[in-house]
Amino acid sequence: MTTETAASTTGRGRAPQKGVVMGFLTRRRGGKRLHWTDWATWAYLAFGILLMFGPIVWLLLSSFKTQAGLQEFPPTFLPLSQVTVEVEGSPRPLPLFRVTMEDGSVRELAEVRRIGIVSTMIDPADPDERISVPIEAREPIRAFQLATENYTTPLEQFDFGRYLWNSVFVTVIATMITLVINSMAAFALSIYEFKGRNLAMGFIISTLMIPITIVLVPTYVVVASLGMVNSLWGVIIPGAATPTGVFLLRQYMLTLPKELIEAARMDKASEWQIYWRIVLPLSLPALAVLAIFSIMWRWNDFLWPLIVLNQTEVYTLQLGLNAFQGELNTQWNYVLAMTVVTLLPVALVFAFLQRFITTGIASSGMK
Amino acid sequence: MSHASTGRAPVEERRSLKELAGAGFGVLWAALMRLFEPPMAALQRVLGIGRMPYLFLLPNLAFFGVFVITPLFINLGYSVTGGTDLYLSERPFVGAEQYGFLFDCGSWIDPTSCREDRFWRGVYNTITFVTFQVAFMVLFALVTALVLNQEIRARGFFRAVFFFPVLLSPVVVALIWKWILLRDGLLNAMLLEMGLDRILWLADANWAMFWSVFVSVWAHMGFYTLILLAGLQAIPPDLYEAAEMDGTSRWRAFWRITLPLLWPNLLVVLVLALIRAVQIFDEVYVLTGGGPGTATQFLVQYIYNTGFANRVQNFGLASAASVVLGVVLFALTITQLALARRRDGAA
Repeated sequence: MTTETAASTTGRGRAPQKGVVMGFLTRRRGGKRLHWTDWATWAYLAFGILLMFGPIVWLLLSSFKTQAGLQEFPPTFLPLSQVTVEVEGSPRPLPLFRVTMEDGSVRELAEVRRIGIVSTMIDPADPDERISVPIEAREPIRAFQLATENYTTPLEQFDFGRYLWNSVFVTVIATMITLVINSMAAFALSIYEFKGRNLAMGFIISTLMIPITIVLVPTYVVVASLGMVNSLWGVIIPGAATPTGVFLLRQYMLTLPKELIEAARMDKASEWQIYWRIVLPLSLPALAVLAIFSIMWRWNDFLWPLIVLNQTEVYTLQLGLNAFQGELNTQWNYVLAMTVVTLLPVALVFAFLQRFITTGIASSGMK
Repeated sequence: MSHASTGRAPVEERRSLKELAGAGFGVLWAALMRLFEPPMAALQRVLGIGRMPYLFLLPNLAFFGVFVITPLFINLGYSVTGGTDLYLSERPFVGAEQYGFLFDCGSWIDPTSCREDRFWRGVYNTITFVTFQVAFMVLFALVTALVLNQEIRARGFFRAVFFFPVLLSPVVVALIWKWILLRDGLLNAMLLEMGLDRILWLADANWAMFWSVFVSVWAHMGFYTLILLAGLQAIPPDLYEAAEMDGTSRWRAFWRITLPLLWPNLLVVLVLALIRAVQIFDEVYVLTGGGPGTATQFLVQYIYNTGFANRVQNFGLASAASVVLGVVLFALTITQLALARRRDGAA
């Protein structure tokens, strides 16, 4: 609309043609031209990708840099590190530089030592000759190199292997318990008619209004009196029953046909058999959603473990990472690599969840 | 179940992959469940079928009773006792002394005039944080939802881009940003590149508050965007078609159609964001540690410090502060429920 009016008011000649070209370039399905809001949309999305993804990409790239590489300022984009060479007569590998000599020629030399602004260098091919070079005449030679030791060292030599195991243990066991006890309650609340059903439901839903932040002290005391302080069970047990879980599963189980259960009872199935052989398999989609949620909650949990676990042997990955980054001389190369390890399972589950959502939409679209 | 047979080939493939992955877990699960069959059948014979639902409910209610309801009540008990003993029975009753200590202020607007000034700093910091965080959260979630509601290519991808930080742990979120905000971090490198001076982002009180708000909006915006997007997609498209035929501008359509119909959802998002923001702790604790000084120390961190992190654990004072927080959250939750009921009633 706007380009057309602009073209017609600027007179004949090239202007209308320009309008046609712009119209062609910006034409969309249905023959409509791009409104300014479409430009704004794409600008917003481009900026959004940069802001949401950029930090993660930066974390990934940085996590593969050596400690020396991380200390460089301004930082390099890719994980580059200086090339070193083994030189005869030197106990350790020497860093390699590209040096512009006084006569203008360029040589690749290794640095033996640096005093002030003068660097003593040698040619790796001819280790006997020492060459003094002003430091501004040399430039480090860098090559792309992934510092995988950032990942292996903390997992093998520090306690991160143990933290990882603790986190996996808490996540798996807690999710199993959550699935069992919440599906049992949901089964009772959806399949049976019994006295106190609404009361029980109201009781469970009302616990939704009690976040952990307002009951920290008394929950700690309960856990302490059960002897579960500094034990992974102290993290697993208190959050095992979740009102969200019961509600989600119950809503799903209510849609199951009652005849199925009647038929099973005719066949002399026990109630427990009806629960796990008939109702649970049919509730698989809802159970999967709860499992995904539970895995996320447990893996990412921070405040409650921070209170219950004070000994490093029982730290989860989140606690270990927090303690490690708070140390006086933080070794950021290890912190960053362990941050990647911590977010990796969540990223994997997310890939799975995305698929789950799309198939869910596909199947409901077919309904 | 019937969808599976009508699904196209790729869906079929995904299903089989998923089934394969679940098979190992399934065997374990079935073994565990079968283990319970004989005792549960025996119990059914003893109790009769009519009492079975209570048995199924028991584990869940027991967990809730012990770890949620009991703590809620003994929290009140702790808030009226003093001393340093862990168990309530050994703690001396002090009445409303803890509350009196918290609220002993010379002037209500000046935290330094209070006896427990750390508590009031926490309160004022929380108010500042909540005001800005909730405002930006709702604004950006709304704009993002409006953008994602357009007919754009790869909408699923963009929705994922904005949603995925929601799944990251607070520690990961804080460390990602701390790494960027360090003295020699990426952001300062950019500033120097543009010819500006370096800023110590987390060592300045105002900047630390700014980044606390920014990082928590960054991390949680996707969740609210999803709620608003669902609300937007529930608006019938023929309303917009009719508006377009009448020659209504998009701007006017937004004010006259989108906003009024989205309003109930917006209110729910607003209150949900409020409830979460009041309880801010994790990300900011890892990012700034509450500093510089007490500039980003919030209410939950005050409770954590008082009850657990400080050398002398003052359970009574921490409980009293939790009760205050609980009252605020209760009021907000009641508002949320009322709003949700009105929304569902209207829809």
